[in-house]
Amino acid sequence: MTLAALAADAQLGVLVIPAIAAALLAALPNYRATARLNVLATTLTLICALSLLIAKPEPGSYVFVDDLNKTFIVLTAFVGWTTSIFSASYISHELDIGRLTPPSVRFYHAMYQVLMFAMNLALIANNIGVMWVAIEIATLTTVMMVGIYRTHEALEAAWKYFILGSVGIALALFGTILVYMAARPIVGEGLNAMVWSVLVTRAGAFDPALLDVAFVFLLLGYGTKVGLAPLHAWLPDAHAEGPTPISAVLSGLLLNVALYALLRFKILLAANSAALAPGPLMVALGLISLVFAAFMLYRRRDIKRLFAYSSIEHMGIITFAFGMGGALANFAGLLHMTMHSLTKSAIFFAVGHIAQVKGTQRISDMGGLTATHPVLGWGLILGVVAIAGLPPLGIFMSEFLVVSSTFARAPLLALILVFGILVAFGALLLRLDNIAFGEPRGEAGKAQASYAPMFTHLALVFAAGIYMPPALVAWFQNVAGLLG
Amino acid sequence: MSSLAFDIAHLLAGSLVLVSFLELYQDRLYSLLNVYAVHALVLAASVAWQAFIQDAPHLYVTAIIALVFKAIVIPVTLHRLIVRLGIHREIETVVGVGPAMLAGMGLVALSMVVMLRVTQGADPLAREDLAFALSVVLLGLLVMVTRRNAVSQVVGFMSLENGLVLAATGAKGMPLVVEISVAFSILIAFIVIGIFLFRIRERFDTIDIQALDRFRGERQ
Repeated sequence: MTLAALAADAQLGVLVIPAIAAALLAALPNYRATARLNVLATTLTLICALSLLIAKPEPGSYVFVDDLNKTFIVLTAFVGWTTSIFSASYISHELDIGRLTPPSVRFYHAMYQVLMFAMNLALIANNIGVMWVAIEIATLTTVMMVGIYRTHEALEAAWKYFILGSVGIALALFGTILVYMAARPIVGEGLNAMVWSVLVTRAGAFDPALLDVAFVFLLLGYGTKVGLAPLHAWLPDAHAEGPTPISAVLSGLLLNVALYALLRFKILLAANSAALAPGPLMVALGLISLVFAAFMLYRRRDIKRLFAYSSIEHMGIITFAFGMGGALANFAGLLHMTMHSLTKSAIFFAVGHIAQVKGTQRISDMGGLTATHPVLGWGLILGVVAIAGLPPLGIFMSEFLVVSSTFARAPLLALILVFGILVAFGALLLRLDNIAFGEPRGEAGKAQASYAPMFTHLALVFAAGIYMPPALVAWFQNVAGLLG
Repeated sequence: MSSLAFDIAHLLAGSLVLVSFLELYQDRLYSLLNVYAVHALVLAASVAWQAFIQDAPHLYVTAIIALVFKAIVIPVTLHRLIVRLGIHREIETVVGVGPAMLAGMGLVALSMVVMLRVTQGADPLAREDLAFALSVVLLGLLVMVTRRNAVSQVVGFMSLENGLVLAATGAKGMPLVVEISVAFSILIAFIVIGIFLFRIRERFDTIDIQALDRFRGERQ
């Protein structure tokens, strides 16, 4: 068996490994061992995902890989891997202080792997029905993990997420059915009319009116999961009340997966010249999310809620960039998505430990972190500086690209974009000042942190801001071309 | 297709929309649940009829799920649940019957206009099924937003989902319909278990501002 053939089997590895790990983790009672097993499983998944980069497997009727979803899968596997390392230390602290019990930790680890499985399935699926089912599974698992603390607030957050997520998912299914209806007269009845790689080659002949309505439903449905305003209401609560590793995975990965689903359908619509242009809708929703979230950042008093709103802001920018379309804007969108995933999960790694040492998530009870916990404090500063878009970090690069590509084509939109980014920038730095500097406030517990995941992410973001390897640039350009 | 087969399919799908209207103005939880059971029953009949005229035996599975799970198991469980939660006597302050019905009619008109216009190429049965299905989905959403009780919201969600199953079975030869209806049943089971375990009674637009502030983590 050649190396490439071996790698071709890896496309199943990213599904099989998390599935087996989930079953094992559900069966094993020892919670110290399960944390390690969790890391091991995500490591193996990462290796499989990386090996996909050299493979060119044939598309099947259920799974397929192309350069677009390879990018997403590698990112998912990588952040899933670092988060599992962070999660091990986070969870052991939660056990020590009794916020979680051993059975709930066992449940948590099993769910973590189910979530990885569902996200990989959604990304690798070649069938729009399977993709929908996978996103539904991902929603369900995160709902259960958001509610894991069983406090009143956590349950309410989980319930709200559940109801809004379910409505979104239901609308997305209606859109999926409409796509099938559009495809049926051309492709014929049965499985092929839901296979994405078939759909995209034949989309030119589909009924454009049906595709338009389908896309509106898909945009509303999956847009709820992306967290686009005004459908974002579940997002801040789910981020704030769940365990922090889940906040990191939600912001860093699950929002991307939903966006990926949207992008697939955008490509489908773009292949039909008579259908409506999906771009303007995405541009509008993206800008609304950006400006809305930027203002909402000012009144936040809970640290995880603050960064949840910042995720809405950045998903807005990314959706905007993909909505603008074209080689440069797509490139910028992809880069921004990657940088945002890395930075936001790094921030949540820091925030998780900060909330643990402070014993609270309220910003007013935090202060002078750089004096009491220098490593955590400076880690957070670096993360926030990156997410706010200061040079020379990666997000500055990608935001600069989004803005400059927009200025060339639609200066008015670029002004709104810059306005939103600046408003958010001000809010983040204001809050950062409260948290990191000044008189130490609040408790100062000892940190039992694993700093490696956080600094790995930040180092990558920093490196990307200074120097992008030509191979990576070429890869992103290639994928941007696929997005049309 | 014979015109009788078409008429029966049309009748069943239309009845589903009608039953959705009945849900809109129920102000007692018990009667809402009974109407929902009828809703699921009509769905089961409609899906079974589709299975028959399309000659698609796997759709009978979906019909049986609708009959057993949605028309019997879920309503009975929810009946018990509302007794346990002590909310069986409560009368809901629904948005007035008049406005709710008017809004419902508006939504049905909207979905007819949208769906019939965009599906001119499709065969007539699928078209009308889709238009009815969208009406049921939108009416389900309307039930969800006009209720404040968690149980009645779930009923709204379930009738929304019945509309989706109607759409999926109406789209002739659609793969994965059975899988999707099973996935939805699991979702609903989880919701019901969620209410049961955590005793969620109310939606979150509580008038108690303090509770809201605490929930948002915003109280100083």
